[in-house]
Amino acid sequence: MATIDTDGVSHVANLARLEFNDTETQEFTETLARILDYIGKLDELDTENVEPTSHIHPLQNITKADVVKPSLPRDEVLSNAPEPEEGFFGVPRVIDTD
Amino acid sequence: MSLNQLTAHELHEKLKAREITSVELTESVYGRIDAVEPQVKGYLTLTKDIALKQAQKADEGFVNGDDMSPLAGIPIAIKDVICTKDVKTTCASKILSNFVPPYDATVMTKLNQQGIVMVGKTNMDEFAMGSSTENSAYQITHNPWNLDTIPGGSSGGSAAVVSADTAICSLGSDTGGSIRQPAALCGVVGMKPTYGRVSRYGLIAFASSLDQIGPFTKDVTDCALVLNAICGNDEMDSTAVDVQVPDFTQALINDIKGLKIGVPKEYFAEGIDTEVAEIVNEAISEFEKLGATVEEISLPHTEYAIATYYILAPAEASANLARYDGVRYGYRADEPANMIDMYKKTRSEGFGEEVKRRIMLGTFALSAGYQDAYYKKAQKVRTLIRSDFDKAFEKVDIIATPTSPTPAFRIGERTADPLQMYLCDVMTTPASHAGLPGISLPCGLVESGLPVGLQLLAAPFDEETLLRTAFTFEQNTEHHLQRPKL
Repeated sequence: MATIDTDGVSHVANLARLEFNDTETQEFTETLARILDYIGKLDELDTENVEPTSHIHPLQNITKADVVKPSLPRDEVLSNAPEPEEGFFGVPRVIDTD
Repeated sequence: MSLNQLTAHELHEKLKAREITSVELTESVYGRIDAVEPQVKGYLTLTKDIALKQAQKADEGFVNGDDMSPLAGIPIAIKDVICTKDVKTTCASKILSNFVPPYDATVMTKLNQQGIVMVGKTNMDEFAMGSSTENSAYQITHNPWNLDTIPGGSSGGSAAVVSADTAICSLGSDTGGSIRQPAALCGVVGMKPTYGRVSRYGLIAFASSLDQIGPFTKDVTDCALVLNAICGNDEMDSTAVDVQVPDFTQALINDIKGLKIGVPKEYFAEGIDTEVAEIVNEAISEFEKLGATVEEISLPHTEYAIATYYILAPAEASANLARYDGVRYGYRADEPANMIDMYKKTRSEGFGEEVKRRIMLGTFALSAGYQDAYYKKAQKVRTLIRSDFDKAFEKVDIIATPTSPTPAFRIGERTADPLQMYLCDVMTTPASHAGLPGISLPCGLVESGLPVGLQLLAAPFDEETLLRTAFTFEQNTEHHLQRPKL
């Protein structure tokens, strides 16, 4: 299995929408590399002909009748929003107008 | 004994006979909270106003002679990972510091239908990620048996408050051992039901293929009562399973003659504390005296369970925690330059270190080029771990192991090394991978006075054999009667 370096940590941090300063990047690189080294233990096992388990019960798709039911009122849904705006979730400007 | 020290089933008899009122009982619990909570710090939020109203309502029912549920008027604490309508639910994270759910989790709806009294919301590792409750963004919970030690985690608050008699019982959640391990370390009964037994609707998601809600109680009878209240299929959770829910109290039979108990040799290998091994072995020999047959078995892939867990759980967590972006609820960073900057600053300021570490691990394991080597590999090893158990349950009815390789350790002892903390769960994660029901029971104290837990595991949906075995052990021993000198 692979290991991870500081460039890898920066790349993964961007994918995860996290940001770290240089010290944090260094620390995360060291601990993640150590954890990945431990995880490398799984390479001892031959899993060539083993089916993966994604879920422990043999679940099929579960459907239900297409019946309209009441959902939460808009003001309750927005009650936790950091910046509710005219009945919507307010966010920073997405489209640059300059 | 004061009222707050009794079990739910003892209290129910007194409530029904109108020897006591739920308001008196609730006041007794809050009296104890005033006395010891400053040292234990098990609660993040106390809901005394709500509790007293619920207690009054229960008392009215008892006075009117209504048909009252066994949990009516009983003070219960709820882990802060479970959504409670109009009561702040933080998951012990800064990112949800101001989150007030507009709806109840299904388990809360069910408990409220039973007429329970909610004492408050309990401390935990942030997003249930940890084994000591030291990853809470708010406070460190202390083990009532020795205040310098951790209560276990991630449901450390829920275990500590039952142990400290500041709640009669509580709910926790278990992903890789987060109910069983703190129950063991705090000397109480803790059970993770079969995956799918209890609806996860309103349980803030960590690793969806593993998460399951379950009870902490002072004895096995109370465990059955809480299970009766919370189990069942739910159209709001498509992973809740449509199987019949028995009356679990019918399984409380003091007889295990002829039962076959398997003891996996891998759980007594290197790394286990010698005192813990001795005490658990003694407990297992008790089963033989009670007429069960005990045989050594092998679960050969046990040693791979932690490595597998630390791919699968972080991978699922990295997806589940993508929702915390500062848009719809929770914390939002100040003055972001743009949307992406808002996501990054919100998440980097709002999540604690361990949560970030798991998101990073999971994102890495799912990223282009690594998904087969890590995520798929771990899913395959999960199959091997499951088939170990399948084979074992062809031969035995119950598997008995220690719950934790060591008793509670000192606060701060393992925080420097995440890998050391991960290894705390070496005896609980295997059953999580297989979705099995598991219970931890108090089975003695080490010389320093800290409790040791005995873990019993059963085949999927066989909670009844699990409860019967646990009940028989409890009826014939006195370990569950030991209380901390707090």
